[in-house]
Amino acid sequence: MKRSETIKAALISLLLFCLAIGAWHLATLPKESLAISGADVEYAALMGAGAQKASGFPPPAEVGKAFIRYLSDPFYDNGPNDKGIAIQLGHSLLRVGLGFILAILVAIPLGFVIGMSPLLMKALDPFIQVLKPISPLAWMPLALYTLKDSNVSGIFVIFICSVWPMLINTAFGVASVRRDWLNVARTLEVSPLRKAFLVILPAAAPTILTGMRISMGIAWLVIVAAEMLVGGTGIGYFVWNEWNNLALPNVIFAITMIGVVGMGLDALFGRLQKLVTYRE
Amino acid sequence: MSTHFLYIEALKKVYPSSNNTPNSPVFEDIHFHIEKGEFVCIIGHSGCGKTTILNVVAGLEEASAGYVLMDGREIKGPSLDRGVVFQSHALMPWMSVLGNVAFAVRSKWPAWTKSQVVAHCTQYLEMVGLGDAVLKKPAELSGGMKQRVGIARAFAIQPKMLLLDEPFGALDALTRGTIQDELRKIVQATHQTIFMITHDVDEAILLADKIVLMSNGPHAKIAEIVEVTMARNRIRAEIHHDPQYYRIRNHLVDFLVNRSKSYAGAESGAAHDPKNPPVVRPGLEGDNNPVLQPPTENSVPPLKQVVNQ
Repeated sequence: MKRSETIKAALISLLLFCLAIGAWHLATLPKESLAISGADVEYAALMGAGAQKASGFPPPAEVGKAFIRYLSDPFYDNGPNDKGIAIQLGHSLLRVGLGFILAILVAIPLGFVIGMSPLLMKALDPFIQVLKPISPLAWMPLALYTLKDSNVSGIFVIFICSVWPMLINTAFGVASVRRDWLNVARTLEVSPLRKAFLVILPAAAPTILTGMRISMGIAWLVIVAAEMLVGGTGIGYFVWNEWNNLALPNVIFAITMIGVVGMGLDALFGRLQKLVTYRE
Repeated sequence: MSTHFLYIEALKKVYPSSNNTPNSPVFEDIHFHIEKGEFVCIIGHSGCGKTTILNVVAGLEEASAGYVLMDGREIKGPSLDRGVVFQSHALMPWMSVLGNVAFAVRSKWPAWTKSQVVAHCTQYLEMVGLGDAVLKKPAELSGGMKQRVGIARAFAIQPKMLLLDEPFGALDALTRGTIQDELRKIVQATHQTIFMITHDVDEAILLADKIVLMSNGPHAKIAEIVEVTMARNRIRAEIHHDPQYYRIRNHLVDFLVNRSKSYAGAESGAAHDPKNPPVVRPGLEGDNNPVLQPPTENSVPPLKQVVNQ
């Protein structure tokens, strides 16, 4: 029953995909060459056949070619403006990874402390509430000025956007560990460190992982925008560069890649979440 | 100063109030003691502060006044000397059954090797009949089995005293009976000192040596201490053949239904001295005819009365 349902769902997904591609294909079919004035013919001849191509929205076949071209050789490096897709994605992932790890190093211990002390929770709450809604990109000028490096600024932006969901979820998870479990630890005279790692951490882990998953989602959204802004390398820069080249098939290809990698990251954290979730 | 094992002196608890008028104390003037190897149950209506008293003895809560001495030393904070079985079993769901008990055992004996810990835990899990469920997670166990793990965990650290907070409250009658029997056997074998909260009069009679009766809160006090004078090796299936059983049971039910209110607050009888609550032995009252006889119609308490109240 369950298996056949999965197959059915997959078939419907495939059907929808084909329908969308088909509609796209029909919508971008080359139009019957309209009556063009003499001057335009001359102009077209001067510009070569390329002018016609670049003006319309690319049909799926053309985008498909871009997919094949980039995926068949993902690691080439022809200088700063022409790198393989894997290299670009790698740069983005590296920035996200570094910023994310920094955020973990700050948010988890700080969240632990805040979660255990209602006083600190209250004292820090106004700061968190004000800092949390700031768009991470708004930090960019400050980051560029103080850090003086576009790459490091990108990592900082990832850090600042990942830190809040993790911090809030860790604090919440730690603060809502069941009284009973803490009482068990107390009656057993468990040392604070053992209590933190063997009772509070596992008890709060599902909530913490939820925070990390949200953070990763946001970080992946933000890295594209950040890289569009600072340039250099990365998938966001790639999108912007291809826009400047007016190479829409490449842009569509890059958008798809962003989606696929984002899905992969989310699935990874979903897996981790399942690993630490306990049934009561 | 005292020769008793556990000594509770002038205990009082007032919870902080949310408005300006001070709360009246949940209980006050609580005096009683427990000897080594004794099984003491405490019975009283909800809100009389039984759980608070147990938590104070456990060291999890602080009393507003008074103190508790164990082995001549004042109890300040929780300790491995006192094992607690929680009402909600309080097992860590991410650890296996063995892991839960091992967590406690490692806390008591940090220097033990892994095999030592496992052997010790297995021994106690086998004692409660869970020898073949050691690797299961608590979520895979029934309510009764979870509570058994809780009991094994408390016994495994070999505390000087065991505190049980309504351990069988959430279990069905059949499971409760089985675990009560197991607990009774274990206690007889280990001579563990136990302080237990219960709502179940029959459970108290089956297990306890002394039953502490508390009047209703606020201003709850110890009204009486009932000594269970029946032989210690009571058997659940035969206990109702003992004429003492009904006398004790009637006494307890009568207290809970009719008399527990009258002790509260200022109305308490002038003759009642909370420092020395009367010790009664209803089981021996009017025992002119010690011949064992099955309960007759008029010796059976009218149970309907209890239900109606």
